[in-house]
Amino acid sequence: MYRKIMVPVDLAHLDVIEPALEKVADLARHYDAEVCYVGVTANTPGSVARTPQEYTQKLEVFAKERGEAHGQPVSTKTITSPDPIADLDDVVIKAIDEVGADLVVMPTHPPKHLDVIMPSHGGKIATHTKVSVFLVRP
Amino acid sequence: MNNPHDEKPDEPNNGSEGIPAPEGAANLIDTDYVIGQDNITASPLGVNVDLHGKVFTISSIVILFFVIITLALQDQVTPIFDVTFNFLTGNLAWFFLLAANIFVVLSVVLIFTPLGKVRIGGAEATPDFSYAGWFAMLFAAGMGIGLMFYGVSEPLTHFGTALDGTTVENGVRTDWAPLGAAVGDEQAAVSLGMAATIFHWGLHPWGIYAVVALALAIFSFNKGLPLTMRSIFYPILGERVWGWQGHVIDILAVFATLFGLATSLGIGASQATAGLGYLFGIPDNNVTMVLLIAGITAVALMSILAGVDKGVQRLSQLNMGLAFLLLGFVILVGPTLMIVTGFFENLLAYFVNLPALSNPFGREDANFSQGWTAFYWAWWISWSPFVGMFIARVSRGRTVREFLITVLLVPSTVSVLWMTAFGGTAIDQVINNGFEGVQNAVLELQLFVMLGQLPLTEITSFVGIVLVMVFFITSSDSGSLVIDSITAGGKVDAPKPQRIFWAVIEGGVAIALLLGGGLAALQTAVITTGLPFTLVLLAACYAIVKGLMSEPRSG
Repeated sequence: MYRKIMVPVDLAHLDVIEPALEKVADLARHYDAEVCYVGVTANTPGSVARTPQEYTQKLEVFAKERGEAHGQPVSTKTITSPDPIADLDDVVIKAIDEVGADLVVMPTHPPKHLDVIMPSHGGKIATHTKVSVFLVRP
Repeated sequence: MNNPHDEKPDEPNNGSEGIPAPEGAANLIDTDYVIGQDNITASPLGVNVDLHGKVFTISSIVILFFVIITLALQDQVTPIFDVTFNFLTGNLAWFFLLAANIFVVLSVVLIFTPLGKVRIGGAEATPDFSYAGWFAMLFAAGMGIGLMFYGVSEPLTHFGTALDGTTVENGVRTDWAPLGAAVGDEQAAVSLGMAATIFHWGLHPWGIYAVVALALAIFSFNKGLPLTMRSIFYPILGERVWGWQGHVIDILAVFATLFGLATSLGIGASQATAGLGYLFGIPDNNVTMVLLIAGITAVALMSILAGVDKGVQRLSQLNMGLAFLLLGFVILVGPTLMIVTGFFENLLAYFVNLPALSNPFGREDANFSQGWTAFYWAWWISWSPFVGMFIARVSRGRTVREFLITVLLVPSTVSVLWMTAFGGTAIDQVINNGFEGVQNAVLELQLFVMLGQLPLTEITSFVGIVLVMVFFITSSDSGSLVIDSITAGGKVDAPKPQRIFWAVIEGGVAIALLLGGGLAALQTAVITTGLPFTLVLLAACYAIVKGLMSEPRSG
């Protein structure tokens, strides 16, 4: 039913997204789908990588490891932004069409009052795309 | 496996996507330091934070300390700040003047050397912002607000003092005229007054900004060091920049940026309030000012949440458009011919007087060179961590040559045009119409009184007030981004609440100082940070040359 699952990942906080990644692996095996790991990074040096190229390499290594673990085909996409915190939703929404995904799986937090000012990324993305979005709560 | 080919490599407007394919060899500095390694991550009350423990904590304490002593012991601290400041400008004026000349010469020379071919972010990097967006942002951060405030008053002041000639008491010149003045000669006084003004708003301030911004951009984007002030010192201090020496530099940068913004916010609020009172009769009092600061901060918060691309960039472009409309209006409706010919005459006068005005030694016009020039240089330099860091952040993908032309030459030219139009019109009103209203008005109102002599004054004055306010929104916004990234150890992707925190603190400090008094005192304190930062900038010159020498040059 789903052919390509897109998973936005934050390489700096893998522990937070690990539960969602397990579900991705299950879904990918169930539908025999490809998994596309998408990373958004600042173009300034950060904690994960000091250049966008280095980030891409790390993301590829990460995807390859995951692919070997769950056995489904993988791909990656690195997106650089001058202000990743603010641009995250927009670039991820854009990436859905660019990679041709038909399902997005991403971790999110439970709803809270602060969402009025700063909506959750998952919620924002779900309201701005036609593909199915699976928000995984902790 | 990966698909880096699905992006369009040459799309300069595209702010937010596309991994710029292999970027060529940018020579990363080999360090074991991991960005964010000294950071504290926690989530108090459900709000995530990611901060550099020492820099954030000490900066916050120092800021709190200064606000409290300035409020509580105003009468005691004001003289201390004043004495320190007068010592600096009086005895070290030569140092500021000499250093600023070095920055300009380095920036100009780099344009013409092969080092100008180095690209910020590596040989294949592509710009994150369009030319228009980029220029609008660096101009808004650099001096937008200053031009609104001093565009009318400064040319008029220098014209007046130059015309009055020199006065000597006990062998010491007591007048404030630039150079040898131009007693009784109106035309010569206009030339000299304009040259002196342009000198303070032209190549030198932009040279100061360019040096800081270029050093930060090279060491961050090409060398892979965090985007904080301390990275400039890597060629000198090596791995020690991650220790207390680096902390001190970063804390100083936070201090200068926050108090610079807070004092400017206070001063800007007083101009906007005065303008609103002049135009609409809104009471010019503290309540209005506090509401204005709160309003400006609230809009800045929205802009911060929207990010650099959709927040600062859009507002800066809006303001750029408005500023040019106002400039075009003054040129067309004011003394058009005089402004057009004046532009070239003033440019010429600037270059003719430049050697004498920038001479650091043996100056006869001590009041002018110390009280005006050295003051300005210290002021620009104390602003340079903020403006420089912000310019650096939005300049990735430009070549050094392109960068210097856009950061140095283009804004300087705009300054010449702006000063000629606004100052020239005010001077024209004095000389040809005998209207002395502008000269007699308080500083905050001079722009509006000048516009009052032109048609459509309600509309133009209103545009003027909007410009002042939007420039403050962009300053508050970009300032919060800068402070947040310094206090997060160079991370630009720290959680959003931190940016909000700093924007609120800026507004809060501005309101506290406005109500409690002490804005002027703190501005003095901020400008004294110009001295240590002059040393930082001199280090930056060395770092730029050293850094650029080891970079590949693009065609």
